[in-house]
Amino acid sequence: MATSRKSLETERNLAWLVWILPALLVYLVFMAWPLLNSLRLSFYTGSGFQLDNFIGFDNYRRLFGGGEESNRFYGAFGNTFIFFAIHMLVQNSLGLAFALLLSRKDLKGRALFRTIIFIPATLAIIVTGFLWKLLLNPQWGPLNLILGQVGLGDWALPWLGEHNLALPVISLVSSWQWVGIPTMIFLAALNGISEDYFEAAQIDGATGWQVLGRIKLPLLLPIMSVVAILTFTGNFNAFDVVFAMAGPNGPPGYATDILGTYFYRTGIAGQHPVGIPDMGLGAAVSSVTFVVLLVGVLSMQYLGRDRDAEAQKKAAQK
Amino acid sequence: MSGKPFTRRSLSALPGYLLLGFWSLLVLIPLWVMVVNSFKVSLDIFRDPFGLPVTVSTAGYEALLAGGSFLTYFFNSLLITTVSIAGILVIASAAAYGLANWTSRASRYLLLVFLAGLMIPIRIASINLLGLVKDLGLMDSLWGLFPIYVAMGLPMGVFVLTEFIKAVPKEILNAARIDGAGSVKIFVQIVLPLTRPALATVAIFNLVNLWNDLWFPLIIIRSDDQRTLMLGVTRLFGQYQTDWNKVLAVLTTASIPIILLYLVLSKQFIQGLTAGAVKE
Repeated sequence: MATSRKSLETERNLAWLVWILPALLVYLVFMAWPLLNSLRLSFYTGSGFQLDNFIGFDNYRRLFGGGEESNRFYGAFGNTFIFFAIHMLVQNSLGLAFALLLSRKDLKGRALFRTIIFIPATLAIIVTGFLWKLLLNPQWGPLNLILGQVGLGDWALPWLGEHNLALPVISLVSSWQWVGIPTMIFLAALNGISEDYFEAAQIDGATGWQVLGRIKLPLLLPIMSVVAILTFTGNFNAFDVVFAMAGPNGPPGYATDILGTYFYRTGIAGQHPVGIPDMGLGAAVSSVTFVVLLVGVLSMQYLGRDRDAEAQKKAAQK
Repeated sequence: MSGKPFTRRSLSALPGYLLLGFWSLLVLIPLWVMVVNSFKVSLDIFRDPFGLPVTVSTAGYEALLAGGSFLTYFFNSLLITTVSIAGILVIASAAAYGLANWTSRASRYLLLVFLAGLMIPIRIASINLLGLVKDLGLMDSLWGLFPIYVAMGLPMGVFVLTEFIKAVPKEILNAARIDGAGSVKIFVQIVLPLTRPALATVAIFNLVNLWNDLWFPLIIIRSDDQRTLMLGVTRLFGQYQTDWNKVLAVLTTASIPIILLYLVLSKQFIQGLTAGAVKE
């Protein structure tokens, strides 16, 4: 009796697997397997799609071993990091500030501000990039026009043409687009904080700044690691905004070249002007990106989790 | 409204309004410039890019329509986005139904496998996906995007829908089961209708992501008649670069549908686009 019931349950369990199967199949064939196979292909070379010549770590030597190709790669890697750091600094700080403001129930026009802040996140990156490229145009662009009219003509720079300026400017445009995401995540977390904390603080006579520093920010720490992870994966994977505002070659002089554009040139479209892609090398670039993402995400998750667990342990001990 | 936090009185609101007001202008002025100048003649754009048009000109839009390609791009994007979203919703909701009901350890591991896809961007697999699309004979075809887009939407779809279906009260399902309803009937007649808000979240998330995607069309599609809207926009931008009212007409037409939809459904949009993060 007992065994037959058990076998009946197993049967029903396997029936559930049938519901999952189509999704699992698509996921494995078009996501998991291509990802793992890309790792494998990074050890091969060949022409076009025919990657049949095993060469060990040669592709990685080309990336890390010095020389012109390797300098490009290191440059793109460094630029990607700067791109990410500017998002962390500008986009996420602004997002936090906006969320703190929007969580104040006495603020008039909250819904309107929230709607406006989030609009750019619904635009295509390519549209944002092209639009800002026009706005920043050194000759005809409205920005330099305003600067000239208010007597700041000296500040009217070729925003995307200067070596030290182009990457930060593109990063700021991208932050402009995505600031709504951390804003909404922080806002949801702030709205989730129990009123009890604020009432207790009120009884203790805490000032607004004390409430911010001792209650709100500490309680937001776990969600900050979530935002950091999202920013990290989003930006180490970026491509469109540089492609739109600067082009696939990362001008001027590779100052805006990031991993996405480097990968596109080496693995997909080929180096200009020759135009023959090296898919093995491309696979190596994406494998490095994969490892960086994996290590970064896991360590940020670990840092975020650790604090949570510690706090819970402490609370349990008390 | 009792028990308000006192912070509102102790921190002055003025700097906050200034910051939010400044940022709102920084968002709205570029969009205003984009839309208003698409209706001007070039000379007026350079003379005064911020004001209303002196003479309203629809030349930019007429050029777009006359070219013919733009409508093709627009229709292609509409088609591939709709079909992909339908595919995602069907197989992700089925999988979520299975994962929510299957009470074995394997089911939990499978959910984790899907979740891993939220962290790893599928673009990294591009080299191999290209080979796969080629083997399927879908290189340079709009339909080459379909399996990739479905795979792209699955992790978030499975995650959101599984959480949602798990929250459906067991009593409702048990009552239906006692009435003799099979799992297919329960899924179609009870679970799916109850899951509508989550289905909307998943649909909107993918609508924005797929409509706005440039990367996969860029690496898969070459022929003009297969291009998606965003790939077409890159072509037209290069072609019209010095013709600002045409360029701005392109950018406006490409972005206004989604912006309008967002203004109508802003709550669902914000929910959809931040849903991937809420799982922690």
